[in-house]
Amino acid sequence: MPLPPTQDFKALAAIARELRIDVLTMLEKAGSGHPGGSLGMADVYTLLWFGGYLHVDPANPQWPDRDRFVLSNGHICPILYAILAKKGYFPRADLWTLRKLGSPLQGHPDFHFTRGVDACTGSLGNGVSVALGMALGARLTGRKFHVYAGSSDGECQEGQLWEMATAAAHHKVDNLTLFIDWNGIQIDGYNRDVMDVRDLVAKFTAFGWHAEEVNGNDMQAVDAALRRALAVKGQPQVLCCRTVLGTPISFMLNKPHWHGVAPNAEELKKALAELGAS
Amino acid sequence: MSPTTVTQPQQKIATRESYGKALAALGAERPDIVVLDADLSGSTKTNVFAKAYPQRFLNIGVAEANMMGIASGLASTGLTVFASSFAMFAAGKAYEQVRQEIALPVANVRICATHAGLTVGEDGASHQVLEDIALMRVLPNMRVIVPSDGLEAEQVIRAVAATPGPFYVRLSRMATPLFLPADYRFALGRAARLRDGKDVTIIGAGVTTWYCTQAADALAAEGISARVLNCSSIKPLDTEAVLAAARETRGIVTVEEHQRACGLGSAVAECVTEAHPCRVVRLGMQDRFGETGPGDKLLEHFGLTTPAIVQAARQLVRP
Repeated sequence: MPLPPTQDFKALAAIARELRIDVLTMLEKAGSGHPGGSLGMADVYTLLWFGGYLHVDPANPQWPDRDRFVLSNGHICPILYAILAKKGYFPRADLWTLRKLGSPLQGHPDFHFTRGVDACTGSLGNGVSVALGMALGARLTGRKFHVYAGSSDGECQEGQLWEMATAAAHHKVDNLTLFIDWNGIQIDGYNRDVMDVRDLVAKFTAFGWHAEEVNGNDMQAVDAALRRALAVKGQPQVLCCRTVLGTPISFMLNKPHWHGVAPNAEELKKALAELGAS
Repeated sequence: MSPTTVTQPQQKIATRESYGKALAALGAERPDIVVLDADLSGSTKTNVFAKAYPQRFLNIGVAEANMMGIASGLASTGLTVFASSFAMFAAGKAYEQVRQEIALPVANVRICATHAGLTVGEDGASHQVLEDIALMRVLPNMRVIVPSDGLEAEQVIRAVAATPGPFYVRLSRMATPLFLPADYRFALGRAARLRDGKDVTIIGAGVTTWYCTQAADALAAEGISARVLNCSSIKPLDTEAVLAAARETRGIVTVEEHQRACGLGSAVAECVTEAHPCRVVRLGMQDRFGETGPGDKLLEHFGLTTPAIVQAARQLVRP
């Protein structure tokens, strides 16, 4: 696994800001969708996609040796779509068709429609198993690619995620790295009120994973944790990313309402102003 | 096979046994085949493959939902995946994963589900899935195959290994007669005519098909000419053969170890009502669950064996 050189965190921060602008803009145009996690995980996924970790070729989305990215909590696909557009998988203008009839950008990721999407996801619990299958597939086909998967604290309420965690550790799958968006919020409210997921690091550790808690809105911290994770042999790895839902839009921060409600025109204007965009 | 031949097969084998044998044989020819099981490899017979090709067999443990997702992920890397469990769990417990991660992405996965239907026998209602054909055939992209004896099961496994895309193959625990003729050849989307007949058509799939042939032979003795179709390919359905039956005989009797709703009989009824309506009498479970007992006794108890088929066909021809 070739690790990226020293990061230019200033440049990465600028990319993250642009991705957030696209996320908010596409959601306002769509009129529905999930801004909270898309904004909260923007720093982690900027680092992954633009910090030299994920080896892909936008000109050849089916390159068999590419690294895979499975967004198992598929509802935060706005951030994935913004990334794919910036990477050149499709024109940025496509972002403004999100969730509309005939759009290449479906409400949840679907590779039949969207270039660069590796798995059809959206039903929580399922995508992580697909990611594990891909990682095992690399082993069985003698390829060297790495599989990254995105998940969330809410998804950790699905039993299937723990079936996956059990099997990944049992089969000593070390080409699988999972990011958990641990923002403490799900659609019905705070995890602690709806269904407390408790200490995710302790749980994954008990399942046999290399697990670390990291501030998911601190790219330098994520970069350091990811370097440690990718050095691990014989174990799957998880970064339990403490993020703040809605980062950095002041009126969205840590508010369950913004898990799954798109901003209206006025809210978009306020949000873009906070990002220094118009 | 001549319509008047009465077969008394000596040899019996469960279709799951033939599956295990065929899969292991394929393993030698096809290095791209990977097999998954959920802690039932001794029963589903994937253990034959596992023993021969341990590197290409993954036991996922008692976690069928996870297994279906893993199957999809493996298939996405270019592998040909077989995933096995009991039909109750493969089609029932993991239904949503099969829908989302196999049918929707058109994953190159063959779900080979054993212990289907009443003939699980003694394990009882919790293990006797009688709804899986319904669940699977309604899924876009999913093909549903129910081989009727061991010979056909081996051919089906070869056929689905050679044909990309999702398949659901329904297999049985109970040993059943090897009754199909030696020159029988399974073809996807084709229903073989096992008996010629002009008065009535009897359509079976899986373990019931042998009883259909026995019923036709018994009917012949009382002067009723019954055609028998082996409808192992439930989806795609051989609409040509079904519509020919609708046109050329007075009605159709279907027989399956499945709920009457949404199974083989429903598939046949859907076909004829749109193109050439005729009477369709569906023998199957009458909107109820099974119970414990030997498989063959259960089939008899719930009216899915020769006497019940004869009676249904007779009533259809001579109301």
